[in-house]
Amino acid sequence: MSTAAVMENPRLAESERSHTEHAPIPFRTVFGVELRKAFDTRSGFWLLAAIAAAGVIATGAVLAFASDSDLTYDNFAAAIGVPMTILLPVVAILAVTGEWSQRAGLTTFTLVPDRARVIRAKLAVTLTIGLASMALALGVGALGNVIGTGLKGVDTTWDLSFSSILYIVGADLIGMLVGFTLGILTRNSAGAIVGYFSYWFVLPTLSMVLAANQSWFEKAQPWVDFSFNQNRMYDGGFSGQDWAQFATTGTAWLLLPLAFGLWRVLRAEVK
Amino acid sequence: MIIVDSLTKKYGGFTAVAHVTFRAEPGRVTGFLGPNGAGKSTTMRILVGLTPASAGDVTLLGRRYADLPNPGREIGVLLDASAQHAGRTGREILTLAQRTMRVPRSRVDEMLELVSLTEDESGRRVKDYSLGMRQRLGIATALIGDPEVLVLDEPANGLDPAGIRWMRDLLRGFANQGGTVLLSSHLLHEIEVIADDLVVIGNGRIVAAGTKSELLEAAGTFAAAPDPAVLAAALTEAGHSAEQALGGVRTDADPAAVGRVALAAGVPLTELRPADGAGLEEMFLELTKDNAREEVAA
Ligand SMILES: Nc1ncnc2c1ncn2[C@@H]1O[C@H](COP(=O)(O)OP(=O)(O)O)[C@@H](O)[C@H]1O
Ligand SMILES: [Mg+2]
Repeated sequence: MSTAAVMENPRLAESERSHTEHAPIPFRTVFGVELRKAFDTRSGFWLLAAIAAAGVIATGAVLAFASDSDLTYDNFAAAIGVPMTILLPVVAILAVTGEWSQRAGLTTFTLVPDRARVIRAKLAVTLTIGLASMALALGVGALGNVIGTGLKGVDTTWDLSFSSILYIVGADLIGMLVGFTLGILTRNSAGAIVGYFSYWFVLPTLSMVLAANQSWFEKAQPWVDFSFNQNRMYDGGFSGQDWAQFATTGTAWLLLPLAFGLWRVLRAEVK
Repeated sequence: MIIVDSLTKKYGGFTAVAHVTFRAEPGRVTGFLGPNGAGKSTTMRILVGLTPASAGDVTLLGRRYADLPNPGREIGVLLDASAQHAGRTGREILTLAQRTMRVPRSRVDEMLELVSLTEDESGRRVKDYSLGMRQRLGIATALIGDPEVLVLDEPANGLDPAGIRWMRDLLRGFANQGGTVLLSSHLLHEIEVIADDLVVIGNGRIVAAGTKSELLEAAGTFAAAPDPAVLAAALTEAGHSAEQALGGVRTDADPAAVGRVALAAGVPLTELRPADGAGLEEMFLELTKDNAREEVAA
């Protein structure tokens, strides 16, 4: 690094300089920057690469190991969907927590002081990445299904209804929202990831054991356990009561904590 | 122009910043000086809306920071050079700022050149940067939007002497072009060479403010003599203040007056000069001592 000559501070061209009023930063700009931030670090890049790789490997595994009768679209989609279901919420977590764990927020929130706007952009980016990944999964799965059945000379089966797809996509997006909420609540990458895996692996097990041993809890579970309702979505076919239980637990475990977390994030000092 | 009006920040029962009032004028470099823990960073975070104030107002270019439509284009901010995602490259961090502010892409290379970060260095991840390189990157980020005001918290930390010199010239040039610069430091000598105006803060309160020459003139004259007591007595008799210090006398009389008094009293002078910054330095040391005592007590 040489410091020999001091350069004049290069100014913008006169036409670029506005002496009156700068245009407000449009939302699409904030969105674009946040989208870029999801890919521009090693951790972010490899996480997204891992999601894509897992999809391809899962397709290959079904092709290699499944019996002829198991070569169905449902199985392909499920094999690809599982790693995605687990990893996508981590994308959501890191989108939020990097601002605090890595202290990047000092710059982010000085350039865009309206923090709610940044958070909205992050949420939009999270859901966009979720939807794009799932579209990719369904596409790769369809390709695997066509190739697989073609190679083995069996009939191609399309046994995944559109409504089942919607349930699966919905459940995965809810998983990402859980990650997002944990990120907003903890503002700490490690804490949020531990929290998320507890929610995903530990809580359902505890809840299942409790339900198996206590009949009162078995009856109450659908009304109090959100992960139970989220998991049920993967099977689809919700009744009116299922939706009511989903809405009740979702409000208590997702929306209220999210609202509380946002309230704090908008007020807390960034340092 | 930055106007800070009676800013107060309380953390629970502790007042970190108390009724802080000052201005930073366009065309001038304003140094914000105070020992560690005096409240400089807190004040600067409040300035840019990262920390909510308990009371008081700040306006930058006539507005509250949060009301600026595209703040990076008007106010360049560097609060903590290490507060960056360690996994991003320097160039990427500048690119994110360039995109957020919607300035031409060519600004990224212009800024890298301005702060002397090479192509190779700009492609490294920030976790592998030295503190000095981070400061340079931070200054590049602050300047990329071609702002009118700079707010820099301890930007000289981690810079080598050549780097400090470089920054001094850069900020001087920026102020000469009509820009407003507010920069903080806990080192008197560092800020003395850069600033036109000084705002001194201690324990959350402004203890002195004015142009550098005002504050330095207030320090008077220093004169040394083989017998300082005789000189001090002569000066007092002539109606000047006189305080014995450092083997000499400090007085509010100007050097010519001290010379006349010494001649009349027949005292040979071994040294005669304006007491440059000594007053400020002593005040500053006093502040630092107070602070150190508190830290020991706490
Ligand atoms: N979040 C906080 N809670 C309590 N005290 C704080 C907090 N942030 C800063 N302080 C205190 O406020 C004072 C001023 O800190 P700061 O502005 O960082 O000082 P400086 O930048 O001048 O070194 C210090 O005593 C510091 O400990
Ligand atoms: Mg500080």
